[in-house]
Amino acid sequence: MDWYPLVNSLRIAAISTGVVFFLGIFAAYYIAKAPRLVKGLLDVVLTLPLVLPPTVVGYLLLLALGPRRPAGAWMLEHFGVRLTMQWWSAVFATVVVTFPLMYRTARGAFESFDETLAQAGRTLGRSNTWIFWRVRMPVCRQGILAGTVLSFARALGEYGATSMIAGYTPGRTAAISTTVYQLWRTGQDALALRWVLVNLGISAAVLLAVNLLERKEAGKWR
Amino acid sequence: MALTVRIGKQYRNFTLDVEFSAGNGEILALLGASGSGKSTALQCVAGIRRPDWGRIELDGEVLFDSERHIDLPPRKRRVGYLFQQYALFPNMTVEQNIAASLGHLDRARRRARTAELVAMLRLEGTEKQLPRQLSGGQQQRTALARILASEPRVILLDEPLSALDSSLRWQLEQELRDVLERFGGPAVWVSHDLGEVCRSCGRVCVLEGGKSDPAVGIRELIERPGTAGAARISGCRNVVRACPETEPGLVRVPEWNVKLRTAGPWREGFSLLGVRAERVRPAEEGAENAFPCRVRRVMDDVSALAAALVPEGAAETAPSLWMELDRAEERALTEGMRLWVSVSPEDILLLKE
Repeated sequence: MDWYPLVNSLRIAAISTGVVFFLGIFAAYYIAKAPRLVKGLLDVVLTLPLVLPPTVVGYLLLLALGPRRPAGAWMLEHFGVRLTMQWWSAVFATVVVTFPLMYRTARGAFESFDETLAQAGRTLGRSNTWIFWRVRMPVCRQGILAGTVLSFARALGEYGATSMIAGYTPGRTAAISTTVYQLWRTGQDALALRWVLVNLGISAAVLLAVNLLERKEAGKWR
Repeated sequence: MALTVRIGKQYRNFTLDVEFSAGNGEILALLGASGSGKSTALQCVAGIRRPDWGRIELDGEVLFDSERHIDLPPRKRRVGYLFQQYALFPNMTVEQNIAASLGHLDRARRRARTAELVAMLRLEGTEKQLPRQLSGGQQQRTALARILASEPRVILLDEPLSALDSSLRWQLEQELRDVLERFGGPAVWVSHDLGEVCRSCGRVCVLEGGKSDPAVGIRELIERPGTAGAARISGCRNVVRACPETEPGLVRVPEWNVKLRTAGPWREGFSLLGVRAERVRPAEEGAENAFPCRVRRVMDDVSALAAALVPEGAAETAPSLWMELDRAEERALTEGMRLWVSVSPEDILLLKE
């Protein structure tokens, strides 16, 4: 059995989780403090990928990054880099699709954060950066952790947008999700089932890890 | 004067307009009902909230000046703020909470200073514990240690005891006063509890509806409140509209349809009259300032008997006249009975709005 799809899926999910972690927290932190109108508007825009069919996301991504489209053509011309049909092209898809998960859970956590803690930090002579990393993040850890793991799990299972922007090339862009589809389509049911079991195993392990972490966290401070 | 504050802020239905000052070693009380703006004023001093106009000066340094566009961020103000629920960082131990305000020191000095504060506030043995594992008293002491570690020039206390049981309250009040005495700088204590203020503070600044009265000594507030707000917050239960009669020294309460003789003269700006419930006495018919009432309700209080009276001839919507009697001098008071009461002229407080 060729393990390339597993490795590829894991690295795509890991990179996109890393990107989404910072993007989501950054957006959540600033939007949680924004005026109501701005907040409502941005919320709709940023949550949209969660409810759109992944194929629509893939279509929109191709519209921007395709080799004959503005961003894609520009990259190709100046750097000779093609943005689609690479293994890492899938990261664009997973980032967009998983961003709302990270953003929404982090924002929920930030909104329930007791703002007097930050005020206390300021009156004690601490900077906002210190307060953010030493107080806000640790206190909101549970929500942020949950968002991160969910994003990772979702990135691992992304199919629609990934297949459109990265395609399926065995040994190059094949991920678990696209491999399962390809194997089933070509009648290799036994092999497909094997990948299904691998995927089930990883997803179950990830979710189990969240539950264990949450149980350990629960009641730690409150 | 170490801290002088004169600030204002406009909200949609509320205007804050306060002025007060506190000297070294002084504990100034900001006394007011909830919603009077006292906490908002305190937050403005700390820099957590920004006033629309005014000036805040501490030890000769300007912290805020709307005209000169000075607005120091809270972390540069060196103002200690004791939050109502202490706002201890829940993810840090007692030690780490204290060390959090020692960021300007190197590691060794930080450790030494933390140990010093732990000892000073009797927190030995709790160093490695998280705030939620501490008792209410230990939490307050940790918060105070953390404030002292930041070397504040003034300490602000935002209703420090209001979240506590009455039994714990008394003990924490003593501890708080000990710490403030040792601190030695100015302190501002926000409260709605007259007893707390009476025991701990020297001068009082009463706030009502966002506006502050000039600060007065606590005894003066209790004996001669100048405004209706001061009278009410100092525990005066009867505050009614009054107007002067042509004869000097005589005032009329239209709602009660009663005329009373007063000890002090009526002055420009007076519009109300206050009488403490415990100064309303049962009297003989025809005595000075005596008038007949009907007993509307009798209530058993902890150590006294409180009665709501309706003066005869009072308007339908008139507020009751409250009378308080000692248990010792308890007499047969039944609801619906007729009773003559009087108030001696010295006990009538003439008040401004």
